[in-house]
Amino acid sequence: MKGKNSAGLIALILAVILLPYIITNDYYLGALIFAGLNSLACIGLCMLMGYAGQISIGHGAFVAIGAYGSGILTASFAWSPWLAMFCSLIMAVVVAIVLGIPALRLKGHYLAMATLGFASIVHVVSVAAVDLTGGPSGIVNIPRPKLFGYLLQTDTQYFYFVWAVVIIGIYCAFNLIDSRVGRGLRALHGSEDAAASLGIPVTWYKVQVFILSAVYASVSGSLYAYYVNYIDPGPFDISYSVLLVTMVAVGGLHNIWGALTGAIVLSLLPEFLSFVSDYLRFFGIEYQQDYDTLVYGLILLFIMLFLPEGIFPSLRGAVAGIIALFKKTPRMSGQNSGPIAGRRFSGHDK
Amino acid sequence: MNPAEANLVDLVQFFFMGIQRGCIYAMVAMGFNMIYNATGIINFAQGEFVVLGGLMMVSLTMALHLPIVLAFILTVLFVVVVGVLMERLTINPVKQPTVLRLIIITIAVSIITKGAAMMFWGKGSHYMNHFSSAEPLDFHGATILPQTLWIMGILLLVVAAYVFFFNFTMTGKCMRACSINRDAARLAGIDDRKMVMLSFALSAGIGAVAGIIITPVIQMDYTRGAMLGLKGFGAAVLGGLGNSTGAVAAGVLLGVLEALGAGYISSHYMDAIALVILLFVLFIRPSGIFGSSEAMRLKEF
Repeated sequence: MKGKNSAGLIALILAVILLPYIITNDYYLGALIFAGLNSLACIGLCMLMGYAGQISIGHGAFVAIGAYGSGILTASFAWSPWLAMFCSLIMAVVVAIVLGIPALRLKGHYLAMATLGFASIVHVVSVAAVDLTGGPSGIVNIPRPKLFGYLLQTDTQYFYFVWAVVIIGIYCAFNLIDSRVGRGLRALHGSEDAAASLGIPVTWYKVQVFILSAVYASVSGSLYAYYVNYIDPGPFDISYSVLLVTMVAVGGLHNIWGALTGAIVLSLLPEFLSFVSDYLRFFGIEYQQDYDTLVYGLILLFIMLFLPEGIFPSLRGAVAGIIALFKKTPRMSGQNSGPIAGRRFSGHDK
Repeated sequence: MNPAEANLVDLVQFFFMGIQRGCIYAMVAMGFNMIYNATGIINFAQGEFVVLGGLMMVSLTMALHLPIVLAFILTVLFVVVVGVLMERLTINPVKQPTVLRLIIITIAVSIITKGAAMMFWGKGSHYMNHFSSAEPLDFHGATILPQTLWIMGILLLVVAAYVFFFNFTMTGKCMRACSINRDAARLAGIDDRKMVMLSFALSAGIGAVAGIIITPVIQMDYTRGAMLGLKGFGAAVLGGLGNSTGAVAAGVLLGVLEALGAGYISSHYMDAIALVILLFVLFIRPSGIFGSSEAMRLKEF
């Protein structure tokens, strides 16, 4: 792992430790827990989309598999939450292999449509298979897991738990990116033929990263089920899969930190909008929560048209600019800041 | 009625239902093909054109009480304008298009359209009068809605207009030239940018027509775009992407298979049937059932 990423990780750990002391309101802590859950799924998706260059508009389905697997096994069969989480993870892996091997031979639009179709099928099944999933009314009484003998009862405990998993997820992701497989993925993103000619097992690498991203999504789903204690098909329709892609794209495709930024910003956006709506009413604009979709769409379009590398490289550029201002040295353009750095991914390994 | 006869009546009934849906998938697929041929883009907002057409038609006929023909024309014009705006504002300005970026842009447009549709038309589903009587006609024991006949007739008209436009008009021939080889077409003096815009306009127009004619039967609401788009794409792939005669046949076939599956397997899984077919076609034969294997080798999947 490179120095900058380690520093970022340490900063994130500190922020996570301190946040519950600053935010004592359970509602906002809950919003941050959801942000963490989305982040987890987005980190996996970012490895697939940003590093390997394969699009998936179907990762909501893996989140659903994790959530339903955990929900059914704990609530209906009284399994331990950990075992249930592990089993649904295995299930997600199996599905990812079965889907990934044929699907990842497809490119671009075809892959996008295939994964979107898959997500749609999973949603239809989650509504229709009433005996298994409870149908539209869902599954209730999903327990919280115990960690080291303590039940994760309060939101603060669960906040620490979820974000600890996110941090482990980020750590693993960086290790993968800096490994032989990670370099192989970046090579095949550039050109699959060139990568193959250098001896990179292109299909196998793509399937591997697809499986890994499915694992992240599945864990996110399991933790979601344990947090809300209740699941129904509503949150797992295809617009959730689209939302995950939106988060990764808005934050910045080519960087794990970008995906994390996007996931946090867009997860907290509804809270921000409901906060702003009071002020908008003052100006005579009646903002309703229903308009959130429209705002998401506009943000995504704006980012894709004007900042195709996402907001993170721009943020990083701004921060670097401010630091350079304090150092009173002329800012090096294009070295490690600005959108150019993002396009070259996160540099080379030493 | 003996059991064998009853079975046959059921079969005919499912068949009619399938044709009705299939005609819509066929038209959505034609819309996909037009933009794909002109730009190589799969427009993820294709289903939203259908929704917009349906909802606009509901407003014009049910709220403003315009005559059907006038409302039909105004609705198509409205959606065509939306399609052109989409191309001008979101596709045309992109200077370094990558597949990923274009996919996400069309997804963003579909989210925006969906959000705007919810804002203007609300969350409920909208009822619209059938074009003629809503009384089902009897066909040897099975029944068929007059609206289904309208749908079939309008599909035939659209296909006829399509064939005429692309084979017998200069603009249509220019569009075909662009889809075969854009650089060569430009060298021959064809304004390829204009052709791209035209393809979005026509594609939006076909989507609007599909939305208008299906709304009396399915009651349109703002969420339907994604599913209609996916199934229409299924039809487009089944028929060989870019091949519009194939798309029409495949759309009707997909509709019939879906209806038979819903009738004989399970109606709860109806929406999944067309999607499973889509996945199988994509995995086994992405060039479609009518696509030649030779063309398949030349294309990138």
